Amino acid sequence: MIRISELAIGQGDFRLEDVNLSLPDQCYAILMGPTGCGKTTLIEAICGLRPICNGSIYLGNHNVTNQAAFDRNVGYVPQDSVLFPTMRIDHQIEFALVVRKMAKNDRRQRVAELADLLGIGNILKRFPQGLSGGERQRVALARALAFRPQLLCLDEPLSALDASTKSQISSLLKRVHAQEKVTVLHITHNPTEAVELGTIVFRMVDQKIVQTSS
Amino acid sequence: MSGLGGLYLVLIILLVVVDFQYASWSDIRESLSDERVVFSIYLSLITCSLAAILSIWVAVPTGYVLARLGRDAIQRHLGQKPWLNRLAQFLRHLVDTILDIPIVLPPLVVGISLLVLFQTPVGRSIDHATQSFFSWAGFPGIRGITYEIPAIILAQFTVAAAFAIRTMRNTFEQIDDRPELVALTLGARRFRVFHSVALPQAWPGTVAAFTLAWARSLGEFGPILIFAGTARMKTEVLSTTVYLNFQFGNLRGAVVASLILISVAVVVLVATRLLLLSGRKGGLR
Repeated sequence: MIRISELAIGQGDFRLEDVNLSLPDQCYAILMGPTGCGKTTLIEAICGLRPICNGSIYLGNHNVTNQAAFDRNVGYVPQDSVLFPTMRIDHQIEFALVVRKMAKNDRRQRVAELADLLGIGNILKRFPQGLSGGERQRVALARALAFRPQLLCLDEPLSALDASTKSQISSLLKRVHAQEKVTVLHITHNPTEAVELGTIVFRMVDQKIVQTSS
Repeated sequence: MSGLGGLYLVLIILLVVVDFQYASWSDIRESLSDERVVFSIYLSLITCSLAAILSIWVAVPTGYVLARLGRDAIQRHLGQKPWLNRLAQFLRHLVDTILDIPIVLPPLVVGISLLVLFQTPVGRSIDHATQSFFSWAGFPGIRGITYEIPAIILAQFTVAAAFAIRTMRNTFEQIDDRPELVALTLGARRFRVFHSVALPQAWPGTVAAFTLAWARSLGEFGPILIFAGTARMKTEVLSTTVYLNFQFGNLRGAVVASLILISVAVVVLVATRLLLLSGRKGGLR
């Protein structure tokens, strides 16, 4: 269970107050809301990239509210993938495993497993320059999943893709969720995505989160 | 606009051409066989390289911290405490301004200030410690810093590092910091993020900063004159060779030393450009 209670975040003049959210384990949660309502700010706070004024964040039984981003075990896929520009794709995917000092063979096995799952085996030796939007999104997903995070945060992962790639990545996200058994928090403002992917849907209304369906 | 640029280009070419016309090849050959000139070439190359390496060593982390402590980052980390936010912004501007001082100071002032600094008790104790270090390292001829070879390196470094820091700061400011944030969520600590994600992207800027620091050190004259002196075969670098020759009425010798200075600078600039290009071809951007 991921639990966020009475969370308050301030960013300049913008403030999110009293945010409450509970995500059952292994659910695919969709958080909807208009542009500028604070969805990305919230997801960055969950990842530990933005300090909070008040409230708490629990991942399972662990209170991670005051933990640094590198200690949280939360995978993050930003809006436009944000790959490391000077790193080869296979090195990007194993980055989190190298940091955790995992043995080389285990790392290679995990990279191969993810490359197979996400269909990126043919681009592992390439650099990010020249990859298509869909390929970049697959690499960003593999990179965030490599260390088996407790929670995977996806910030509008389909928004910058054309219709056919969008449908491919959408099916891929379903498959990844089923196979990796990870709790997903997916931000979008597209209702079709919510219906297609979400097992539980939340909406941000007046800077408060309300559950609309499950 | 392009006409003005063209005029400037012509001016630079003219400066080099007239120097070459003033001195003959036999003058250059004669100078290159003079052991004092050869000594000053070697000393210039060694001190410039050491000063540039030291400058980069200081400039890379300093430029990174200054770039990443921008308004957004301060707000991201201290946004909840406005007074702390304002204090951090003020301190950042203060540090930034202090680091710019060597750029705006007249070179002679840098030399005089270094000389005065090494007359203070702290400076003297550093001088003694340096002398002991060089004796222990097998260079008993280097008796401290002031009026010795270390003074040349310190004088060059004091000015060159400020330019290198400015270049590295601009480099890191132009690099998107979002990959670094993603790297944090992947479990990397700050140093790892800097080393594995930010630094490889800063390769062209680092080469540019090194070149600038090196070129700046090569052309440094005022602080060296005051702080290291112009003792022949001891603290004489190419820029001081030009000065000494001119001072003793040997204009031809001064021009030849200038030509050697120009040639060395051009070789290093071309080599740096080639290094940058090869880095780009290798996937570094």
